Order: sequence, then structure tokens, then C-alpha cells
Amino acid sequence: MTAQPDPLAAAVTAPKGRRAQPDGMVEKRGAGLWLTHLGLIIGLLFIFFPIWLAFVASTVSQPEIVKPPMPLLPGDHFFENYRKALVAGVNAPVAMMMLNSMVMALGIAFGKIVISLLSAFAIVYFKFPGRRVFFWLIFLTLMLPVEVRIVPTYEVIANFGMLNSYSGLIFPLIASATATFLFRQFFMTVPDELAEAARVDGAKPMRFFWDILLPMSRTNIAALFVILFIYGWNQYLWPLLITTDPSMNTIVMGIKQMFPSGDDVADWPVIMATSILAMIPPVIVVISMQKLFIRGLVDSEK
Amino acid sequence: MRSGRIFMEKRVTFKGIWLPLLLVLPQIVITAVFFFYPAGQAIYQSLFIPDPFGLSMQWVGLGNFAFLFSNSYYLASFATTAIFSILVTLVSMGVALYLAVLADRLIKGSGVYRTLLIWPYAVAPAVAGVLWLFMFNTRVGVVTWYLGVLGYDWNHVLNGEEAMGLVVVASAWGRISYNFLFFLAGLQAIPKSVIEAAAIDGARFWTRFRTIVFPMLSPTTFFLLVVNIVYAFFETFGVIHTITSGGPQQSTTILVYKVYADGFVGQDLGSSAAQSVVLLAIVGALTIFQFKFIERRVHY
Repeated sequence: MTAQPDPLAAAVTAPKGRRAQPDGMVEKRGAGLWLTHLGLIIGLLFIFFPIWLAFVASTVSQPEIVKPPMPLLPGDHFFENYRKALVAGVNAPVAMMMLNSMVMALGIAFGKIVISLLSAFAIVYFKFPGRRVFFWLIFLTLMLPVEVRIVPTYEVIANFGMLNSYSGLIFPLIASATATFLFRQFFMTVPDELAEAARVDGAKPMRFFWDILLPMSRTNIAALFVILFIYGWNQYLWPLLITTDPSMNTIVMGIKQMFPSGDDVADWPVIMATSILAMIPPVIVVISMQKLFIRGLVDSEK
Repeated sequence: MRSGRIFMEKRVTFKGIWLPLLLVLPQIVITAVFFFYPAGQAIYQSLFIPDPFGLSMQWVGLGNFAFLFSNSYYLASFATTAIFSILVTLVSMGVALYLAVLADRLIKGSGVYRTLLIWPYAVAPAVAGVLWLFMFNTRVGVVTWYLGVLGYDWNHVLNGEEAMGLVVVASAWGRISYNFLFFLAGLQAIPKSVIEAAAIDGARFWTRFRTIVFPMLSPTTFFLLVVNIVYAFFETFGVIHTITSGGPQQSTTILVYKVYADGFVGQDLGSSAAQSVVLLAIVGALTIFQFKFIERRVHY
């Protein structure tokens, strides 16, 4: 739900084409150029310092951390710490939590995309009674983030016996208007002639959907998938509420559970190894699908 | 979402009634069960107080709301949320604008910086919270230790202002990527001829930035202001929960955190439900504001 500065998106994704003239008057050369790089590198250091420190902490031993200051360069306990985290963890093996996160993230991404594609298709390509009402019902959900209605939603899940289950993690988060609007917007731009031709040829609506609309939506689906995967993977509050069984914890909410209560010292190398593991899948998705990611961001905001 | 388009209709449509109903059914069922029913429940529960044994509910009308708005902790939470949101928005947008302006000056290599700067977007707020907590941990934190060497005794567990500073920086950090991408796009969309004309007239970088670039960037800036405030309101729960759990003395208890703390930790369902309803009103207002604003923006 946002403004759609499409030309802006084009500018982001294709900066080179815009700057065809090599000697723009304003772009800096010489000392100014180096200052620009310096300024950016200082910013990058600020941004990467927390991640770097977490990585270093995940490669050293506990005694090196609890006797500050900890080293600022990686140690030689990398495999030991990561193996301990993945296989044993603190409450549950991190490998298991990663699997839970993966199921949840993929479930949310696929679920949202499928139900949104279907309902957008119905709303755009049919005139059926109640269409307006359905449209507004979906529209209203834009205004209800899960954080706002946690207690009653929790009760619904508890009544269905869906606590500590994948369906409980996934279903309450797959109903959102954003994806439906996105596909609706896109379907509106599909030339009418295509549907016309399909109808003249006697094609059934679902045939048109499968053979024409779906292939045309590929890029939109992929862009949305990137955003939704990260959204699902990074969920915190909802898994915190409904997964009381450590074997159902997701990795992002599981990290906090690894801190001991009271005055015990936390197992920092394992916790930091888990933090690094928690950011690897979404970082890979964002970096490897950068163009789709930026497109999805601009299209959907979230 | 341009509301002008909302009512646009296709000229060519398919026939049938049952098929489209079947197609919208999954979304409608999920929306009804997980959105409208819980929202209705929140409103309903906000009008009652459950007895201590949870056996019956006593009707109190707007009593829960009256109690909330006379409760100094709740009012303090409003102030905390306002300060927190404003600081997160200013810090993350400030840093992002600085980086975007620099990256925009580059002819080559801005793509590399962009790839690197996207990283924090992928880091969950809760994980960002753990990273910053680790640096500022009172016992093992590296930054805490070096501050100690400099003679500053950092302790966000006891000091409310330091706690606020830490959750603000951790929340803003994760948001820099998003703001950077939109600012960079906005900057690159400004016609270079305008800026070069000013340069020929002798305007130096700061003058150009103040008089041309920043005003032309204002649609992006306004958009980001709204989006960042919404983020600070609703998506920073993970940061607060991992770093401070709302403390010390509730100095970092933002509204969303309080709904959770009162509803799940304190088991005060009536109050929590009333708080949900207040938040609903705030989200509604922000959404409408955003729509109005975006509509205006489209007519530029």
C-alpha cells in the first residue's frame, strides 16, 4: 500500500543508462571523488560493525567474550560454535528452528500469493453479486496489523487447537490486502483484447487464467515473493505467542529464548552464531534477487 | 494504491457467479476468521472486565477507556511512543539521506554501495536488537567497555535515557536500507540539467542541495516520513522485546509493547483489548492520512 513512483524504480534499477554522459559537470572528480567514497565507507562501517562483531563473536570462545574487551578479529572456534548451535542449540537445535522458519516463510509467501491471485482474478474479470462488498472487506484489512489484535487472534488459534503448529504460524499472516491490490493493479493493465480473444475462442476462464494471466504475472509474483519471504522469515511477535514448544520455535524468535533468565552468563558464541544463521537466508534472497527485491519494495511497500 | 483507480472496471469480463465466489472464498474465509472476528472481539472485550477467575465478564461500558486515559503509565507510554517514533524516523532518514546524496554523486560504483547497504533490510528487527544488545551489554559489550575506558559508565539496564537511545539506534539501523533506496531513487529522478544549470550559475554543493535538490525530493521525504512512523509504531516490537523488555521503569514501553505486556504478561484482557482498539483508531487515521497524501501527490 503505497505510492508507486514507477519512474523512480526505473532509476534505481538502471542507474547506468541515465548517466550516459561521462563528464557530467556536477559529478566530482579527484579529491572530491575520494571524499565521497570516504563518506560512504564511513557509513558502511557504521552499518556493518554490528554484523561484523556478531560474526567475530561467533568464531571465538566464551572465555574470550566474557573477559572484555573481546577481540575484533575472528578466532578459530567457527566450526565448533556453529556445529554446537545447529545440532544442540540451547532449548532446541537451531537447524530445527531454521526449518520451522523456512516452512513459515515459504507458507506465508506462497499462501498470500495464491489466495491473492485468485481473489484478484475474480474481482477484476467477473461481475458477480457482492463484488464491491468483498473488495472493501479485503481493503479494510490494510488497517489491521497483527500487532493490534494479538489477544483475540491468539484465542482463535487456541480454540482451533493450532498452537505450536505450522498452520497456526502461517494462516493468520497470509490474509493481507496488499498482495491482492498489487495483482489487481497489474491485471487492470493487461490488454482487454487478450480476454476478448480467449472468450471468442471459447476458452474457459480458468484456462485464460492459467495459460495467459499467470505467465504474464511472473515478474510480479517473483518480486512479491522476495518481499513476502523476508516478511515471513523475520516475524517475531506472532511466533513468540503461539509457539511455546521449543521444537516449534522459529529462529528469529528463538534467539531471545536462548538468553538465560536471572544472572547466568549467556552462551554468547552460540547466540551470535544463531544470529548470523538467522540473517543468512533473507540476506541471500535480497542480494541475489536485488532487482526483483527493489521492484517488489516499490510496488508493495511491504 | 491510487484510489482513483479503485473503481475502474474491465470492459471484458467472463460470465459466471459460482466460479468467482469460489475464487474469493479462501481470502474471505481467512480474512473473516483471522481479521474481522478478532477485531470484533477486541472491540467487544474492551467493554468488559473479566472477573478474577475468568468465569464471567462484567459490562463496564467505556470504563476501560476511561481508566486507560486516566492511567499515568498509559499516558506515559503515549509520550514514549511519540519520542521513540520521531527519533527513529529522524535518525534513519538522516543517515539514509546522507548516504544517498553521496552515492548519487558517483558515476561508477554506486551499485556496489547499494548492494552492501541493502543488507540491514534483511536483518529482522529482533536480530538487530540482539546485535546492538551485544555491543552495549553491560557486562561483555565492546562499546560499553571502550566507553568505560573513556570514563563513561554505560548502563541501559538502569538508565532510561540510555535504554531509549539504544532501542532508537537499533530500530533506525535496520531501516536505513529502505530509506536509502527510496532517497537514491528520488535523487536520480531529479533532472541533471537543473542542477548543472545551477552549477554553471556558480551555486555550490550546499546551496544546490538546499535550494534545488531537497525541495525536489520532498514527495519522497513526505512519503518516507509516514512509512517510517508506521514502522516505528508497529514493527519495532522485536527490538524493544530483545533489548529492554520495555524497561527500565517502562521508559521504553511503546504502545504495541504495552498491549502485549498487559494482555499476555499481565493478563489484563479488558485493558489490553481497549488498548488494541485505541491502536486500531491510530492505524486507521494513519492509513487515511497516507491515502489522502498519496492522492495529492499523484496530482502533482
